[in-house]
Amino acid sequence: MKKLFSALWVGIIFLFLYFPLLVMVAFSFNSTTSKSVFTGFSLKWYAELFSDPQLMGALGNTLLVAVLAALVATVLGTAAAIGIHSYPKRARNAVMNISNVPIINPEIVTGISLMLMFVMVAGWLRLPMGFWSVLLAHITFNVPYVVLNVLPKLRQMNSHLYEAALDLGAPPRRALWRVVLPEIMPGIASGFLMSLTYSMDDFVITRFTSGNFQTLPVLIYTMLKKPLPLSVNALSALLFLMVLSILIAINVISAKRYKKEQKELAK
Amino acid sequence: MKMTRLISAILALSLLLSCMALLSGCGSDNQIVIYNWGQYMSDGSDGSEDLVARFEEETGYDVVLRYYESNEELYGLLTSGAIQCDLVIPSDYMIARLIEEGYLDKIDYANIPNYKYIMDAYKGMAYDPTDAYSVPYTWGTTCLIYNTKMVKEAPTSWNALWDTDYKGNVLMFRNSRDAFAIALQKLGYSINTTSETELRAAAAELVKLRENWQGLVMDETFEKMEGNNACMAPYYAGDFITMQEVNPDLDYVHPTEGVNIFVDAMCIPTGARNKAGAEAFINFMLEPDVGKANIEYIAYSTPNSAVYDLLDEETKNNPAMYPAEDVLAKAEAFSHWPEATNKLVSELWLEVTNG
Amino acid sequence: MKTKKLSVPYLIWLTIFVVVPLVFVVYFAFQGENGFSFENFSSAVKYLPTLKKSLWYALGSTAVCLVMAYPTAYIFSRIRADRQKTMLLLIMLPMWMNFLLRIYSLTIILEKNGIINKLLGFVGLGPFNMMNTDGAVLLGMVYNFLPFMILPIYSVMSKIDNRLLEASSDLGAGALTTLRRVVFPLSFPGIITGIIQVFIPAASTFVISQRLGDGSMLIGDLIETFFIGSYTNFGVGSAISLVLMVLMLIFIGVLNLFDNEDVGDMLI
Repeated sequence: MKKLFSALWVGIIFLFLYFPLLVMVAFSFNSTTSKSVFTGFSLKWYAELFSDPQLMGALGNTLLVAVLAALVATVLGTAAAIGIHSYPKRARNAVMNISNVPIINPEIVTGISLMLMFVMVAGWLRLPMGFWSVLLAHITFNVPYVVLNVLPKLRQMNSHLYEAALDLGAPPRRALWRVVLPEIMPGIASGFLMSLTYSMDDFVITRFTSGNFQTLPVLIYTMLKKPLPLSVNALSALLFLMVLSILIAINVISAKRYKKEQKELAK
Repeated sequence: MKMTRLISAILALSLLLSCMALLSGCGSDNQIVIYNWGQYMSDGSDGSEDLVARFEEETGYDVVLRYYESNEELYGLLTSGAIQCDLVIPSDYMIARLIEEGYLDKIDYANIPNYKYIMDAYKGMAYDPTDAYSVPYTWGTTCLIYNTKMVKEAPTSWNALWDTDYKGNVLMFRNSRDAFAIALQKLGYSINTTSETELRAAAAELVKLRENWQGLVMDETFEKMEGNNACMAPYYAGDFITMQEVNPDLDYVHPTEGVNIFVDAMCIPTGARNKAGAEAFINFMLEPDVGKANIEYIAYSTPNSAVYDLLDEETKNNPAMYPAEDVLAKAEAFSHWPEATNKLVSELWLEVTNG
Repeated sequence: MKTKKLSVPYLIWLTIFVVVPLVFVVYFAFQGENGFSFENFSSAVKYLPTLKKSLWYALGSTAVCLVMAYPTAYIFSRIRADRQKTMLLLIMLPMWMNFLLRIYSLTIILEKNGIINKLLGFVGLGPFNMMNTDGAVLLGMVYNFLPFMILPIYSVMSKIDNRLLEASSDLGAGALTTLRRVVFPLSFPGIITGIIQVFIPAASTFVISQRLGDGSMLIGDLIETFFIGSYTNFGVGSAISLVLMVLMLIFIGVLNLFDNEDVGDMLI
């Protein structure tokens, strides 16, 4: 009885989360423009999607910004985390409080605050907002996530490792490079991935800092105001498929590892 | 330390990229940034001609198209410094305001020989008496669009929007100027009134209408009306023609109280990076066959005599595009409100929408 | 230790891109026509009802999310470990879709002539006006932010040892008592994080109300309007943003009184 209720509840939650998405995906195969009457199967919206230069351009912009911002943020954030880790407690708390501001603050406030500054700079330099301002904004909201991912790994690391390396005569930079970095690599990797996803997904902050520069979310936003072609559904379907396959891959890999561990434990 | 060197390398890289962005921003005199209304230029969809692509091919310019949804939003974009652009297409009253506040640049007509096609009736308009800043793009009227299957009787007046039988079923403009115009015309006032009492009365009407409207919309109107999701919507007559092609149940009326007649014109904002390119584009849009393709797609009325001559009889006689004398006699054009009125209307509009 | 120096570039970055922009916000908020003044705040006073409305929406959607998320997280935390992973991934999957597309998917099904009304029509119900209503806005918020409530609650609940629950029932506590006295206190930090993660974006959103609402504005719409919409006025916009920011900080501060864990750490 309890089990049945649990299954029912979880079923309802998943129905709630997935029904709208599945309807959207289903209609991406519609042969007419209707979003409520399915008139026949067709792939024409997918063809339209790939031949739409604006969509493809925006996709390119999104990837460019996301990769660059994630790279810079990862380096900046990892170095910062190593530094902050060796701070005395009070100084660490103070810096972390500022560092967490972009995470805690409502996104729209981060967006308008950056916009105010960029518009000023744009006025002085006669350089309108665009790629540069989006990149800077994305790095800014990405770094705190990298710091938060790397810091726990540093805390878990045996603090004597670094000192031992120094005692054994390693110059500090080699000790960092060869001893500390490998230890915290998982944190760095998850920080990078998180930055990448946040960057690709960001709409609010980009909306205020992008000027004429168009990322995919910004383009989708302007498209939402017009009669939407079903190619947007097609785009969603493709994104959905992409995310789904990544998640399944991760899941399969970790399930295999889990089974292996269980077997080893059984031995 | 290697790390610090790496960090400085990355920082230098990001600086470099910013510089590249800077260069790409001002270096390319090839790029023309155009801010236009949505659905307001033939873009190759539904079998139309992709005019921007043709322009790029003919001239080698690189056109960047961006959109705004109302004159007020365009005003915000131009004045906040958020964007930089070379060509915009505001309506009459907004052109007057932008000229007065110094946001528009004078156009060099030596680069626009096709200006000769503009009908005399659209020269020397009140919003730009010397024609120094604007080249007419289209003109048209507002109208009341309705779904014949969803209304009890064909409406003839703006009053129908307030009919409680249609509660949750009517749409309204999401911009203050058009919305106030309807309320003012319903009350029998001029749409250009500066009287605070009349404007407050109009705001009160809009507050009443709030109970009735499904939502405030601009180009969402297409989807709502085409998909039978609302029964009535005030919108621009040219767009009615586009909607009716999709949904034949739609019809329209020019309400008896009068409608707004507008001219949208191409203008070059001050600070445009590529004025020559913008002028080349304006000239291109005035080419008779280009203008014809454009007008056939957006279905607004043309101020271009050569384009008009090319249109077929059916279009020329379509009363939605070229209304009868009695409709035009009662139609009123927007004039530029003084700053104090703009401020008052902004505040009243926020009150209406905030409720 | 020398490693401290490694944080210098980030400190500079924080100063330029976090502190200075916020100084700009404060500056514009207090900048009147003739220097320092409160006039932006006094002209923002008339938007208090909008702020109140936004906070109510945020509160409502947070409450609904909590009610939906809590049992879900509990159920997930009690099933087999490898299935837990699958369930979790299924919760995260919609989160990874761009949220504009998620909202768009809602608008499609909620329309008067949309699929829900079509389905209801088959059983002789409706059509209902669901689009452009207050309910649609609330639904949009819940739909978008629900995973952000489930995940943190799940992550603390999964750490609750089953033996603890068994011990509780062995000691004679009923299911409800165990829930109230054991599970709830242990899951509290997750609830706090979930509330923060739902409440703040819900209170400051501007897309959800625009796409799903009846045209009336929430505080996020208002801020957007003042910065890139029709009423460019950086002063009033900054004043409203400042108020919103301070309110949210107070909100987080109050919640943290109940819970000493570092919020920053919990947010990921």
